[in-house]
Amino acid sequence: MASEAHGSGGATGYIVHHLTPLKIGEGFWTFNLDTFFFSAFLGFLFIYIFKKAADKAVSGVPGPLQNFVEMIVEFVDTQVKDSFHGRSGLIAPLALTIFCWVFLMNTMDLLPVDLLPAIAGIFGIEYLRVVPSTDLNGTFAMSISVFFLILFYSIKVKGPIGFAKEMLLTPFGPWMLPFNLLLKLVEELAKPISLGLRLFGNMYAGELIFILIALLPWWVQPALSFPWAVFHILIITLQAFIFMVLTIVYLSLAHEDH
Amino acid sequence: MSITATLIGQMITFALLVWFTMKYVWPPLTQALEERKKKIADGLAAAEKGKHEMELAEKKAKSALKDAKEQASEIVGLAQKRANELAEERKEAAKQEGERIIGAAKAEIEREVQQAKEQLRKQVAVLAISAAEQILKKEVDENKHKDIINNLDKQLGQA
Repeated sequence: MASEAHGSGGATGYIVHHLTPLKIGEGFWTFNLDTFFFSAFLGFLFIYIFKKAADKAVSGVPGPLQNFVEMIVEFVDTQVKDSFHGRSGLIAPLALTIFCWVFLMNTMDLLPVDLLPAIAGIFGIEYLRVVPSTDLNGTFAMSISVFFLILFYSIKVKGPIGFAKEMLLTPFGPWMLPFNLLLKLVEELAKPISLGLRLFGNMYAGELIFILIALLPWWVQPALSFPWAVFHILIITLQAFIFMVLTIVYLSLAHEDH
Repeated sequence: MSITATLIGQMITFALLVWFTMKYVWPPLTQALEERKKKIADGLAAAEKGKHEMELAEKKAKSALKDAKEQASEIVGLAQKRANELAEERKEAAKQEGERIIGAAKAEIEREVQQAKEQLRKQVAVLAISAAEQILKKEVDENKHKDIINNLDKQLGQA
């Protein structure tokens, strides 16, 4: 049905249409409004649910909502305590935010690919890309923020001189200084890039397969989209989990003083 | 699919979310969890203590019961001994009383026998005198033979 609705461009047109964001501005100053809207909406959803649970948090018998929220909090807390041995008031809430936010953004992938764009179409919005984590800007925003935190904590814990020493003198000693610096730069820069690209790639590919399935005749679609959606439940959770764990690991590395 | 200013906007959103979580979401939740953990630990400790106390009380009760049993058997033994003594005393008293009664009865009988003998002797004397009187109607004068009769009477009294 989808291919008929967007028949003008054929299958390619349909795919491109689905992967084009709703944007304003030109060049660098382009704002992807759909990414802003959905990520902010999901962020508020996360904050609303967790704040509600936090306000009513008691040490007695917990209610269902509190139980659910506490389960996630305990899970994240365990992960943080397992990998991170310093004391920081930031890491655990950061990990919780990343896990829940990424998970919610990924979950948008499970909605039927045509549902929200079709509704938006009624209101005259031509393009809509509903999964914020299929936007490189969305994933890199998080990974670069994490990268800044890595730099901040590296310098804070090791001191500017200690950090410079680590960048310049390891792993091969002072005689290989330029080589060390190059190696370290690649190592550090690889962290945010791999972090952002991994999430983006997984979600983008998943969404693309949903779109491809949507191109098939309607009576084939359930047979394919259902198993893929079930499999995707695993992927969205796993990707959220990986993003969180790697963030914790990178930050704990930044805290390690040699 | 290119890096644009959206990135900056998303970073701001992300920072705000993290800040909010750090400030308002994480602390109360972890605090509640910590408090509950403490409560449960306290409860378990209290249960353990209670169990220990119960064991102690049971031991105490057992020893008290044993003491009581010992005391009871001791008391029963004493009572039995006392009862035996009492029974012995009674028996002795009864024996003495019986002997006393028998002695009294014997004395009475003796007395009665003496009395009967006396009476019988007197009657025999009277009978003998009356028989003698009848035999000697004419020849014996009461005043004349007063000595003989008295003598006879005396002899009978000795018999």
